Amino acid sequence: MLSSLTISEAHKKMKAKEISAEELMRSCLERIDAVDTKINAVIWHDAERALQEAKKIDQKKSFDDPLAGIPFLTKDVYCEVGIPTTACSNILRNKNYVPPFESTTTKRLKARGALSIGKVNTDEFTMGGSTETSCYGVTKNPWDQTRVAGGSSGGSAAAVSADECIFSLGTDTGGSIRQPASFCSCAGLRVTYGRTSRFGAMSMASSLDTTGPLAKTVEDLAIILQAIAGKDPLDATTGDAPVPDYQAGLTKLLKGLRIGLPKEYFLPGMNKEVEAAIRESAKVFQSLGATIVDVSLPMTKYAVATYYVLCPSEVSSNMARYDGIRFGHTVEKPENLIDYYERVRSEGFGAEVKRRIMVGTFALSAGYFDAYYRKAQQVRTLICKDFNDAFTTVDLILSPVAPNPALKIGEHAGDPVAMYLEDVFTIPQAMAGIPALSLPCGFSKDNLPIGLQLAGPQWSEELLLRAGYAFERETEWHTKKPAL
Amino acid sequence: MTSLNADQVRHIAKLARLRLTPDEVEKMSKELSSILKYVDTLSEVQTDGVAPTAQVTGQDTVLRDDVVLNPPLASPDDLLASSPLSITSHQITSPSAHG
Repeated sequence: MLSSLTISEAHKKMKAKEISAEELMRSCLERIDAVDTKINAVIWHDAERALQEAKKIDQKKSFDDPLAGIPFLTKDVYCEVGIPTTACSNILRNKNYVPPFESTTTKRLKARGALSIGKVNTDEFTMGGSTETSCYGVTKNPWDQTRVAGGSSGGSAAAVSADECIFSLGTDTGGSIRQPASFCSCAGLRVTYGRTSRFGAMSMASSLDTTGPLAKTVEDLAIILQAIAGKDPLDATTGDAPVPDYQAGLTKLLKGLRIGLPKEYFLPGMNKEVEAAIRESAKVFQSLGATIVDVSLPMTKYAVATYYVLCPSEVSSNMARYDGIRFGHTVEKPENLIDYYERVRSEGFGAEVKRRIMVGTFALSAGYFDAYYRKAQQVRTLICKDFNDAFTTVDLILSPVAPNPALKIGEHAGDPVAMYLEDVFTIPQAMAGIPALSLPCGFSKDNLPIGLQLAGPQWSEELLLRAGYAFERETEWHTKKPAL
Repeated sequence: MTSLNADQVRHIAKLARLRLTPDEVEKMSKELSSILKYVDTLSEVQTDGVAPTAQVTGQDTVLRDDVVLNPPLASPDDLLASSPLSITSHQITSPSAHG
């Protein structure tokens, strides 16, 4: 099955004229037809358009770029010209919003010849950790369809794991690339805040949002990052840091690398299978020449609480644009403008979005700003300091991605705080704006994937990918596929 | 402050331009209270003299060059066409603020 190829494998075959871009695209489309009814990852695609694009690439006969002719799926928050983009929210779905402009990230990929197949599922406006808040319904885990694929980039992870595409795009605000990658057994990268452009990706929490890839291997992540990283005049938060040659950096040795194990991520009562898989992974890094050092990140236990003040506050501001005037849902015969706003928003937004808008509006309201918003911003400073201190003694930090393997569908229904606590290991890195890699590192006895997380200082993607690449060559977890 | 009663929930909803049903108010009151109770653990953290972090780029007021993009990222007509409301003379006809 061609759709199970990695980017680098497919590239070699197209370049050697063993396969065409059209054949590769057809294989992805056939796979979507065959398995997506079981997992509900793909929410929109246009097979005819995708095949036309593939034929155009074949006609050019130029496969020098590693991304030329590579089919990908995009989380439903990246605006693409002419392609319905709804953030899996009724507020945009009801009028089938079709953006008149293109996100920088998809534009950069397409300029390299990568081919967009369509859109994958996400929690509504990326607010959630399970895709259960999507207006299209939950994405099921390819490894066990009674479980969630994770979230919010659950569709992106499930689609890669199920070989419906060669790679996908996700976004990571508090773990939304890393956690679904670990639940579905694929590779996912949260970049340094500002490494990739967010222009045209619908905002959730602007001081935390990042755009990034999910793929089948670390080498593929490096290829995608090379195409999407770098300054964008349309996103003022993108940084000037030079973009290194990520692929060339992969094969350097790990000898002398110091990897920290944070004690706050290994708590009594934690899932034993997850703990064992991470400790086993540490041994693999040791065998590759790295030194394992114990470190402490004492503010870890406050990260989720900090996040659930700052994120909803930014949400309440960002969601103000969905007022039914310039785009999205509308209602008939409003009494006046306020009536119109209230009816549009109340009909269009789902429960989790409303919940976050409410929490954020409260935290920013007169009388409570200092006690909640400002306090959380101060704690954020201390979380950043935790990492800065740790990185004076270690190069990277190794931890689990999530406390448990994939949750059952509905496991935390009606208990938002329990759901939020599932993000306990992925929020701290987001708060500090540092990059982190999620990689397959084992399976539970129930055959559910377990993921490891490597985090590094700002702009350390090259080192993260190098360490991940070395781990991947020593292990076979990433080669395992779900039976669908 | 670890709980929000129904009146407070309705007040916040008004600020947020949301209209909640009585059931939603009741549910939201419970859920928001549990979230705020959890968030209150932050009061354990000593933050006197700690500067707040709003963003982590290290950048300060990034300005773009004052040039007109030609061609524009999207045409004005295409942007207007995204509106669910009717367009008259290149303006969206929004509901009257006064009813």
